[in-house]
Amino acid sequence: MNGWKKTGRGSKVRLVATLEAQEAAVLRGLLTEVRGMLAGRSDDNPADELAVLTGIRTGPSTRPTDRVLARLLPDFTMEDADLAAGLRSLHEPALIEAKDAAAAQTLDQLPETGGRIELTPDQADTWLTALNDVRLALGTALDVSEDMPEDLPEEDPRSAHMGVYHWLTFVQDSLVQSRMQVR
Amino acid sequence: MAAPLPATTRQVDPSVDEDSLADTPWQAIVWNDPVNLMSYVTYVLQKLFGYPEPKATALMLDVHHKGKAAVSAGDKDKIEGDVAKLHAAGLWATMQKTS
Repeated sequence: MNGWKKTGRGSKVRLVATLEAQEAAVLRGLLTEVRGMLAGRSDDNPADELAVLTGIRTGPSTRPTDRVLARLLPDFTMEDADLAAGLRSLHEPALIEAKDAAAAQTLDQLPETGGRIELTPDQADTWLTALNDVRLALGTALDVSEDMPEDLPEEDPRSAHMGVYHWLTFVQDSLVQSRMQVR
Repeated sequence: MAAPLPATTRQVDPSVDEDSLADTPWQAIVWNDPVNLMSYVTYVLQKLFGYPEPKATALMLDVHHKGKAAVSAGDKDKIEGDVAKLHAAGLWATMQKTS
Protein backbone atom coordinates (compact mmCIF):
# COMPACT_ATOMS: atom_id res chain seq x y z
CA MET A 1 0.00 0.00 0.00
CA ASN A 2 1.03 3.59 -0.59
CA GLY A 3 -0.50 5.05 2.53
CA TRP A 4 -3.85 6.64 3.33
CA LYS A 5 -5.29 9.60 1.41
CA LYS A 6 -8.10 11.89 2.40
CA THR A 7 -10.82 12.28 -0.21
CA GLY A 8 -14.10 14.23 -0.33
CA ARG A 9 -15.33 17.00 1.93
CA GLY A 10 -17.74 17.51 4.80
CA SER A 11 -19.90 14.47 5.46
CA LYS A 12 -18.41 12.75 2.40
CA VAL A 13 -14.86 12.83 3.67
CA ARG A 14 -13.21 9.40 3.53
CA LEU A 15 -9.77 8.00 4.28
CA VAL A 16 -8.78 5.67 1.50
CA ALA A 17 -6.05 3.10 0.97
CA THR A 18 -5.47 0.00 -1.12
CA LEU A 19 -4.08 -3.15 0.44
CA GLU A 20 -2.33 -5.95 -1.41
CA ALA A 21 -3.73 -9.42 -0.82
CA GLN A 22 -0.69 -10.39 1.22
CA GLU A 23 -0.91 -7.23 3.33
CA ALA A 24 -4.59 -7.90 4.06
CA ALA A 25 -3.70 -11.47 5.05
CA VAL A 26 -0.94 -10.33 7.43
CA LEU A 27 -3.22 -7.77 9.08
CA ARG A 28 -6.05 -10.30 9.35
CA GLY A 29 -3.71 -12.77 11.02
CA LEU A 30 -2.47 -10.23 13.56
CA LEU A 31 -5.94 -8.91 14.42
CA THR A 32 -7.22 -12.46 14.84
CA GLU A 33 -4.27 -13.29 17.07
CA VAL A 34 -4.93 -10.29 19.34
CA ARG A 35 -8.63 -11.19 19.56
CA GLY A 36 -7.63 -14.71 20.53
CA MET A 37 -5.32 -13.48 23.30
CA LEU A 38 -8.01 -11.19 24.71
CA ALA A 39 -10.59 -13.97 24.54
CA GLY A 40 -8.17 -16.26 26.39
CA ARG A 41 -7.92 -13.71 29.18
CA SER A 42 -11.74 -13.47 29.39
CA ASP A 43 -12.13 -17.26 29.35
CA ASP A 44 -9.83 -17.48 32.36
CA ASN A 45 -12.36 -15.38 34.19
CA PRO A 46 -15.90 -16.57 33.36
CA ALA A 47 -18.84 -14.49 34.59
CA ASP A 48 -19.97 -15.85 37.95
CA GLU A 49 -23.55 -16.23 39.18
CA LEU A 50 -23.48 -12.88 40.90
CA ALA A 51 -22.34 -11.12 37.74
CA VAL A 52 -25.10 -12.80 35.73
CA LEU A 53 -27.70 -11.69 38.30
CA THR A 54 -26.54 -8.12 38.73
CA GLY A 55 -25.20 -7.53 35.25
CA ILE A 56 -22.10 -6.06 36.87
CA ARG A 57 -19.10 -7.88 35.50
CA THR A 58 -15.88 -7.93 37.39
CA GLY A 59 -12.58 -9.04 35.98
CA PRO A 60 -9.53 -10.60 37.58
CA SER A 61 -7.67 -8.47 40.10
CA THR A 62 -4.21 -9.65 39.08
CA ARG A 63 -2.09 -8.46 36.16
CA PRO A 64 -1.76 -10.92 33.25
CA THR A 65 1.43 -12.98 33.50
CA ASP A 66 1.84 -12.84 29.72
CA ARG A 67 3.78 -9.64 28.94
CA VAL A 68 1.86 -8.88 25.74
CA LEU A 69 -1.48 -9.06 27.56
CA ALA A 70 0.01 -7.09 30.44
CA ARG A 71 0.90 -4.31 28.00
CA LEU A 72 -2.56 -4.32 26.40
CA LEU A 73 -4.22 -4.31 29.83
CA PRO A 74 -2.03 -2.09 32.05
CA ASP A 75 -2.34 -1.44 35.78
CA PHE A 76 -4.33 1.65 36.76
CA THR A 77 -1.84 2.82 39.34
CA MET A 78 1.66 2.03 40.53
CA GLU A 79 1.30 3.57 43.95
CA ASP A 80 -1.24 1.37 45.65
CA ALA A 81 -1.43 -2.37 44.89
CA ASP A 82 -4.91 -2.76 46.43
CA LEU A 83 -6.30 0.11 44.40
CA ALA A 84 -4.66 -1.28 41.24
CA ALA A 85 -6.26 -4.68 41.89
CA GLY A 86 -9.68 -3.18 42.53
CA LEU A 87 -9.63 -0.91 39.47
CA ARG A 88 -8.41 -3.75 37.23
CA SER A 89 -11.26 -5.94 38.41
CA LEU A 90 -13.73 -3.13 37.75
CA HIS A 91 -12.48 -1.94 34.34
CA GLU A 92 -10.81 -4.88 32.62
CA PRO A 93 -13.94 -6.54 31.15
CA ALA A 94 -14.99 -3.31 29.40
CA LEU A 95 -11.44 -2.69 28.19
CA ILE A 96 -11.23 -6.17 26.67
CA GLU A 97 -14.65 -5.67 25.09
CA ALA A 98 -13.63 -2.33 23.56
CA LYS A 99 -10.39 -3.72 22.14
CA ASP A 100 -12.15 -6.79 20.78
CA ALA A 101 -14.86 -4.66 19.15
CA ALA A 102 -12.22 -2.46 17.48
CA ALA A 103 -10.39 -5.51 16.12
CA ALA A 104 -13.67 -7.07 14.95
CA GLN A 105 -14.77 -3.92 13.09
CA THR A 106 -11.37 -3.63 11.46
CA LEU A 107 -11.53 -7.27 10.36
CA ASP A 108 -15.01 -6.64 8.92
CA GLN A 109 -13.71 -3.79 6.79
CA LEU A 110 -10.62 -5.63 5.63
CA PRO A 111 -11.14 -6.85 2.05
CA GLU A 112 -10.71 -10.61 1.86
CA THR A 113 -8.17 -10.63 -0.94
CA GLY A 114 -6.92 -7.08 -0.60
CA GLY A 115 -8.27 -4.03 -2.40
CA ARG A 116 -9.61 -0.57 -1.67
CA ILE A 117 -10.63 0.44 1.85
CA GLU A 118 -12.73 3.54 2.50
CA LEU A 119 -13.18 4.72 6.06
CA THR A 120 -15.30 7.45 7.59
CA PRO A 121 -13.41 9.48 10.24
CA ASP A 122 -15.12 7.47 13.02
CA GLN A 123 -14.20 4.20 11.36
CA ALA A 124 -10.64 5.47 10.99
CA ASP A 125 -10.51 6.11 14.76
CA THR A 126 -11.48 2.48 15.35
CA TRP A 127 -8.83 1.31 12.87
CA LEU A 128 -6.22 3.44 14.64
CA THR A 129 -7.09 1.79 17.97
CA ALA A 130 -6.94 -1.70 16.48
CA LEU A 131 -3.71 -1.02 14.55
CA ASN A 132 -2.17 0.37 17.72
CA ASP A 133 -3.10 -2.74 19.72
CA VAL A 134 -1.61 -4.97 17.03
CA ARG A 135 1.61 -2.90 17.02
CA LEU A 136 1.74 -2.97 20.82
CA ALA A 137 1.34 -6.74 20.80
CA LEU A 138 3.98 -7.29 18.12
CA GLY A 139 6.34 -4.63 19.50
CA THR A 140 6.15 -6.13 23.00
CA ALA A 141 6.69 -9.65 21.67
CA LEU A 142 9.69 -8.40 19.66
CA ASP A 143 11.06 -6.49 22.65
CA VAL A 144 11.21 -3.29 20.63
CA SER A 145 13.22 -0.55 22.32
CA GLU A 146 13.84 3.06 21.39
CA ASP A 147 17.51 2.55 20.66
CA MET A 148 16.92 -0.51 18.50
CA PRO A 149 18.43 -0.24 15.00
CA GLU A 150 15.98 -0.10 12.08
CA ASP A 151 17.28 -3.45 10.80
CA LEU A 152 18.44 -6.14 13.16
CA PRO A 153 21.42 -8.34 12.27
CA GLU A 154 20.38 -11.36 10.22
CA GLU A 155 21.32 -13.79 12.96
CA ASP A 156 18.79 -12.18 15.31
CA PRO A 157 15.70 -14.43 15.27
CA ARG A 158 13.49 -11.33 15.38
CA SER A 159 14.86 -9.84 12.15
CA ALA A 160 12.36 -11.68 9.93
CA HIS A 161 9.44 -10.12 11.83
CA MET A 162 10.73 -6.55 11.92
CA GLY A 163 9.51 -5.93 8.37
CA VAL A 164 5.94 -6.55 9.48
CA TYR A 165 6.41 -4.26 12.46
CA HIS A 166 7.82 -1.43 10.31
CA TRP A 167 5.02 -1.92 7.81
CA LEU A 168 2.44 -1.57 10.60
CA THR A 169 4.20 1.58 11.77
CA PHE A 170 3.85 3.03 8.27
CA VAL A 171 0.17 2.03 7.96
CA GLN A 172 -0.72 3.50 11.35
CA ASP A 173 1.32 6.69 11.03
CA SER A 174 -0.06 7.37 7.57
CA LEU A 175 -3.62 6.91 8.88
CA VAL A 176 -2.94 9.29 11.81
CA GLN A 177 -1.58 11.94 9.41
CA SER A 178 -4.62 11.67 7.11
CA ARG A 179 -7.04 11.59 10.04
CA MET A 180 -5.52 14.76 11.49
CA GLN A 181 -6.31 16.59 8.25
CA VAL A 182 -10.03 16.05 8.90
CA ARG A 183 -11.49 18.74 11.10
CA MET B 1 -35.74 -2.54 54.43
CA ALA B 2 -32.46 -2.02 52.73
CA ALA B 3 -31.59 1.38 51.47
CA PRO B 4 -30.95 1.66 47.76
CA LEU B 5 -27.35 1.95 46.76
CA PRO B 6 -26.28 5.56 47.00
CA ALA B 7 -25.95 7.16 43.64
CA THR B 8 -22.38 8.11 42.99
CA THR B 9 -22.06 11.82 42.69
CA ARG B 10 -20.26 12.85 39.58
CA GLN B 11 -18.82 16.28 39.46
CA VAL B 12 -18.71 18.26 36.32
CA ASP B 13 -15.26 17.87 34.82
CA PRO B 14 -13.26 20.95 35.65
CA SER B 15 -11.40 22.32 32.70
CA VAL B 16 -7.78 21.44 33.18
CA ASP B 17 -4.89 23.74 32.73
CA GLU B 18 -1.41 23.64 34.18
CA ASP B 19 -2.19 26.21 36.84
CA SER B 20 -4.99 24.13 38.31
CA LEU B 21 -3.01 20.89 38.46
CA ALA B 22 -1.64 21.66 41.91
CA ASP B 23 -5.13 22.10 43.40
CA THR B 24 -6.58 18.82 42.19
CA PRO B 25 -6.11 15.56 44.04
CA TRP B 26 -5.51 13.11 41.16
CA GLN B 27 -3.60 13.15 37.89
CA ALA B 28 -3.58 10.90 34.84
CA ILE B 29 0.02 10.20 33.85
CA VAL B 30 1.08 9.01 30.40
CA TRP B 31 4.39 7.14 30.36
CA ASN B 32 6.92 6.87 27.58
CA ASP B 33 6.72 3.67 25.65
CA PRO B 34 9.01 2.41 22.87
CA VAL B 35 6.14 1.34 20.59
CA ASN B 36 3.51 4.09 20.55
CA LEU B 37 3.97 6.61 17.76
CA MET B 38 4.49 10.27 18.60
CA SER B 39 1.88 11.23 16.01
CA TYR B 40 -0.66 8.80 17.48
CA VAL B 41 -0.08 9.95 21.09
CA THR B 42 -0.62 13.56 19.99
CA TYR B 43 -3.80 12.62 18.15
CA VAL B 44 -5.17 10.65 21.13
CA LEU B 45 -4.57 13.58 23.52
CA GLN B 46 -6.40 15.92 21.12
CA LYS B 47 -9.28 13.54 20.66
CA LEU B 48 -9.82 12.39 24.26
CA PHE B 49 -9.31 15.70 26.00
CA GLY B 50 -10.11 18.19 23.27
CA TYR B 51 -6.67 19.80 23.63
CA PRO B 52 -5.55 22.04 20.78
CA GLU B 53 -2.74 20.54 18.72
CA PRO B 54 0.08 22.69 20.24
CA LYS B 55 -0.86 21.61 23.77
CA ALA B 56 -1.22 17.94 22.77
CA THR B 57 2.14 18.09 21.00
CA ALA B 58 3.82 19.71 24.03
CA LEU B 59 2.46 16.99 26.34
CA MET B 60 3.55 14.26 23.90
CA LEU B 61 7.05 15.75 23.79
CA ASP B 62 7.16 15.81 27.60
CA VAL B 63 6.26 12.10 27.59
CA HIS B 64 8.95 11.44 25.00
CA HIS B 65 11.77 13.48 26.57
CA LYS B 66 10.98 13.35 30.30
CA GLY B 67 9.54 9.84 30.36
CA LYS B 68 6.08 10.91 31.50
CA ALA B 69 3.58 13.75 31.63
CA ALA B 70 0.46 14.58 33.61
CA VAL B 71 -2.21 14.89 30.91
CA SER B 72 -5.27 15.60 33.05
CA ALA B 73 -6.18 16.32 36.65
CA GLY B 74 -9.33 16.19 38.70
CA ASP B 75 -11.22 14.13 41.22
CA LYS B 76 -10.69 10.39 41.48
CA ASP B 77 -13.74 9.40 39.39
CA LYS B 78 -12.80 11.66 36.52
CA ILE B 79 -9.18 10.52 36.45
CA GLU B 80 -10.20 6.87 36.70
CA GLY B 81 -12.35 7.42 33.60
CA ASP B 82 -9.54 9.25 31.82
CA VAL B 83 -7.08 6.41 32.48
CA ALA B 84 -9.66 3.87 31.25
CA LYS B 85 -10.00 5.87 28.00
CA LEU B 86 -6.21 6.13 27.61
CA HIS B 87 -5.92 2.35 28.07
CA ALA B 88 -8.63 1.78 25.47
CA ALA B 89 -6.53 3.90 23.08
CA GLY B 90 -3.46 1.81 23.94
CA LEU B 91 -1.46 4.45 25.80
CA TRP B 92 0.48 3.42 28.89
CA ALA B 93 -1.26 5.48 31.57
CA THR B 94 -1.66 5.40 35.32
CA MET B 95 -3.33 7.57 37.93
CA GLN B 96 -1.63 9.06 40.94
CA LYS B 97 -2.37 11.38 43.80
CA THR B 98 -0.96 14.84 43.33
CA SER B 99 1.91 15.19 45.73
